[in-house]
Amino acid sequence: MAVITDPQKEPFRIGMLLSDTRYRSLTIQVIVLFLFMLFAAWVVDNTIRNLDALGKSFSFAFLWVPAGYDINQRLIAYTSQDPNIRAAVLGILNTLLLAVMGCVTATVIGVMAGVARLSKNWIVARLMTVYVEAFRNVPLLVWILLIMAAVNDTLPQPNAFRGENATASMVLWDHVALTNRGFYVPEPLFTRSLGVIELGFMQISLDFLLFVGLLVAGIVASLRVGAWADAVQSRTGERPAVFWVRLGLVIGPSLVALLLLGFHLGLPELRGFNFVGGIHLRDSLLALWIALSLYTGAFIAENVRAGILAVSKGQTEAASALGLHASRVMNLVVLPQAMRVIIPPLISQYLNLTKNSSLAIAVGYMDATGTLGGITLNQTGRAMECILLLMAFYLAVSLTVSVVMNAYNDRMKLKER
Amino acid sequence: MSDIAFVRAEAIPPAPPPVSETGAIKWMRENLFSSISNGVLSFLSLAVVLWIVWSLLPWFTGSVWNAGSLSECRALGEGACFAVIRERFNQFIFGFYPPDWYWRPILTFLLLVAALAPVLFSLPRQLLLLTVAFPALAYFLLWGGSVWYPVMAMAGFGVGFAVWRYGGAVLGPLGALIAGVLAAVIWWMFLSSPVAGAFASVLPLALPSVESAQMGGFMLTLIIGITGIAGSLPLGIILALGRQSKLFIVKAICVGFIEFIRGVPLITLLFVASTLLNYFLPPGTEFALLLRVLILVIFFASAYMAETIRGGLAALPKGQYEAADALGLDYWRATRLIVMPQALKISIPGIVNNFIGLFKDTTLVSVIGLLDPLGVVRPIRANSDWNGIVWELYGFVALLFFICCFGMSRYSMYLERKMRTDHR
Amino acid sequence: MSEPMRAQMKVLDEVAIRITAMNKWYGEFHVLRDINLTVNKGERIVVCGPSGSGKSTLIRCVNRLEEHQKGQIVVDGIELTSDLKNIDKVRSEVGMVFQHFNLFPHLTILENCTLAPIWVRKTPKKEAEDLAMHFLKKVKIPEQAHKYPGQLSGGQQQRVAIARSLCMRPKIMLFDEPTSALDPEMIKEVLDTMISLAEEGMTMICVTHEMGFAQAVANRVIFMDQGQIVEQNEPREFFTNPKSERTKLFLSQILGH
Repeated sequence: MAVITDPQKEPFRIGMLLSDTRYRSLTIQVIVLFLFMLFAAWVVDNTIRNLDALGKSFSFAFLWVPAGYDINQRLIAYTSQDPNIRAAVLGILNTLLLAVMGCVTATVIGVMAGVARLSKNWIVARLMTVYVEAFRNVPLLVWILLIMAAVNDTLPQPNAFRGENATASMVLWDHVALTNRGFYVPEPLFTRSLGVIELGFMQISLDFLLFVGLLVAGIVASLRVGAWADAVQSRTGERPAVFWVRLGLVIGPSLVALLLLGFHLGLPELRGFNFVGGIHLRDSLLALWIALSLYTGAFIAENVRAGILAVSKGQTEAASALGLHASRVMNLVVLPQAMRVIIPPLISQYLNLTKNSSLAIAVGYMDATGTLGGITLNQTGRAMECILLLMAFYLAVSLTVSVVMNAYNDRMKLKER
Repeated sequence: MSDIAFVRAEAIPPAPPPVSETGAIKWMRENLFSSISNGVLSFLSLAVVLWIVWSLLPWFTGSVWNAGSLSECRALGEGACFAVIRERFNQFIFGFYPPDWYWRPILTFLLLVAALAPVLFSLPRQLLLLTVAFPALAYFLLWGGSVWYPVMAMAGFGVGFAVWRYGGAVLGPLGALIAGVLAAVIWWMFLSSPVAGAFASVLPLALPSVESAQMGGFMLTLIIGITGIAGSLPLGIILALGRQSKLFIVKAICVGFIEFIRGVPLITLLFVASTLLNYFLPPGTEFALLLRVLILVIFFASAYMAETIRGGLAALPKGQYEAADALGLDYWRATRLIVMPQALKISIPGIVNNFIGLFKDTTLVSVIGLLDPLGVVRPIRANSDWNGIVWELYGFVALLFFICCFGMSRYSMYLERKMRTDHR
Repeated sequence: MSEPMRAQMKVLDEVAIRITAMNKWYGEFHVLRDINLTVNKGERIVVCGPSGSGKSTLIRCVNRLEEHQKGQIVVDGIELTSDLKNIDKVRSEVGMVFQHFNLFPHLTILENCTLAPIWVRKTPKKEAEDLAMHFLKKVKIPEQAHKYPGQLSGGQQQRVAIARSLCMRPKIMLFDEPTSALDPEMIKEVLDTMISLAEEGMTMICVTHEMGFAQAVANRVIFMDQGQIVEQNEPREFFTNPKSERTKLFLSQILGH
């Protein structure tokens, strides 16, 4: 009778480190790790010796030393006597401001251009193709510098608006001044403002908080109404018409608050050699904003187009054959599927836009790169620390976004066998 | 139910469609005026197009090609002042490369076309020799100096390859690989420069050398772009394989590298090149900013390349891996003979797109002071003769890039289409 | 199926679809040439013919997935013109089953079936789900209701597609090569479903090459070639005694092996 045994366990030999599948992968990993550590040690050793030779040290103490330079665009209070770290925070806020502004406009432009490229209207489709190709095939930096130069060199100086025989005049019924230092646009003002909260390191406008709160509350209420409509529909089959109610809930309270707070526009005015009042969209912010929006918009347009094309014609046909009409086909069948295709690349476009906003340094916009990687670096000479912090900031943004995106992708994956 | 029976006696010949269904009328109705809103949209867009053409036309027709300064231009004509392009054309193309030796970059460019030809088209394999030799040749032609240094640097690859090829029998595949890499490294660190020196003293073949700082213009764009993409290819392949690997440490290192590089903007990497890289190298190492930039650009491109190739690897049917295993091929052979050729082929359109992206990104080097076309523009705009000129300069640079990038993107789309039909 | 069973499937005298002198072009290409066809309620019509003969295009014109350029199509008393209201009405009365199923991959089987009843017929959700379960039982896959299309086999997907159409309680069903994308062992389950539908008196137009199905169920077989109806007859006559040369050639090719 045959006895079935496990395969014989061979005694360990040194050769098995490479030939036996159990040990081989371990051996290779140990070798790789060793080489990697060796390389890292070499780099660290070189760095230490180089720093020593230059009489430098590795320390972040410079962050608490007064920065000594001014930043013209401030979202929080700042003077040149504030420490470097506050300048860096200011820069990070400016990066985020630019990124958010860019993402919003790029999405609007991209979605419109992407849909228009699929339009049955030949001229519109061609025009959008020209736009997309022009921006996709020319470097972003060229666009940024071009727009910056165009603003600086072709628009009039503020004092050209002055006097009886001014050579330049404001546009949009004297609301907006286009000057070579940027655009001056009206600012929202309130006669019965709620004031601000002092947080020590920064101030927050209560008016702003109120509007954010109203908007959030309005959106929540609108979602509740939507859910109610769903419930009614599933009970009776008839869906109550709630679109206008929902729209009203979102914007209505804010409109009422505008009235109550005494909303009016603060127009930019020429005083002396410059404009005061209103919001000053600086030339650098303007150039970056326009260029980033148009450039990223072109890429988003391509994603949107690809997403809509990815939904096969059969899906539209099947939905039409069931008697759903065009808007329902779009909302119930095409968009849910297209969104899965569009959203992941859309988010990576947002990420690209945020990374590309670092080109701000080319036009002197004080973003994270301009402060931390620019003036602070040059003034303190702490290249290592500054660049490390700068990279850490961008990495943190990237990693956060990719964690969110992976979670989304996992949730939205189509179930298949 | 015999009443339903029907047989056609004679066939109906095809008839032309009704008039309203053909030709320009149908086309216009379907494509421009399918509804009232569409018609309005068509007219509006048409008006916009006409307005743009109408306002741009005099700019071109009244353009001035021959003038010494902007004010002279404005005196001569109303339109564009292309005289600045004419005056600075050489700078836009070659930077500050010595004019006497313009033939060197031009020859390099021609050689590049010849070296690329066997890769892009199916030509005799012998031509690949030129492709292999091209990096050394290009370095020699562009930077000058003794021919032996680049030749000996290239020889390092030969040494490594020979050790790997012929050591395999004694050392086993993995041992031979390690030995090959070691041999090449030893060659580069200790042997290549004395050997080159020796050859140079016997047979002094040399061109006058040109400083890196003199390179600029579109030539610099090409140097950075092409070196970046060529260098990123091998590194990208290794990273992509590493990321697919089952070995945890290998995978972790590769993922870490790729995600780090992709997570930070290129400009920060260029700062590393301009300010930090020297810290990481042994004290006393000094080399030109351009070379430091090239290293970081290769790193940058290889992370993106790795992701592209990973896409190609993922697109390969699982059966290909299994078939290779079933044939008894080991990992490296399976990768080299079965997996990579297919995965690379699938990735080619993606690689071309990577190249377009990198090509555009090379403009960032102007921020750290290299003289690419944008770096050339700045001093011209600062020059009192040309102060105030905007559209002509940036328009010219944009046009240069547009022609290259648009051409390449069409090429990549063509490849994609071709591949789709090939696979059927 | 035996002859008595076929007799049960009654053809009424009311007209379901009337197509008169209909022509269609794709650009310059004349795909449908002078089509005249009247389908009575309860009729089961099989359309066959070589590929490119215009048979799919013909049935896609019936619910205006394709637009015809000349002639008239009247479905259930409604003429198909560019009037969107008419098109919507016709589409909610006419069910269609596609070669590639075209189930919505982002919705469960149940949601696929309830989508149109809820949004077009304005059926309460509960009712729509009961209806969907009823038809899913009928096509013998109620247990799959909460899965996604991607998790089902081809045959199951096609049966879901049939159930999805039935949930709209259509008066007419169009089948566009419903079995040609399926593996052989799955064809039977789909055909069985179609046969039971026929037994209930559904008006059907099927584009198919399943000649067994045609012989068993159809009361009329139409042969199309080059965009024209070349021959039509009741199935037994059609298969045993074809009149036209082209029909003979076609039949010899598909039945020959």
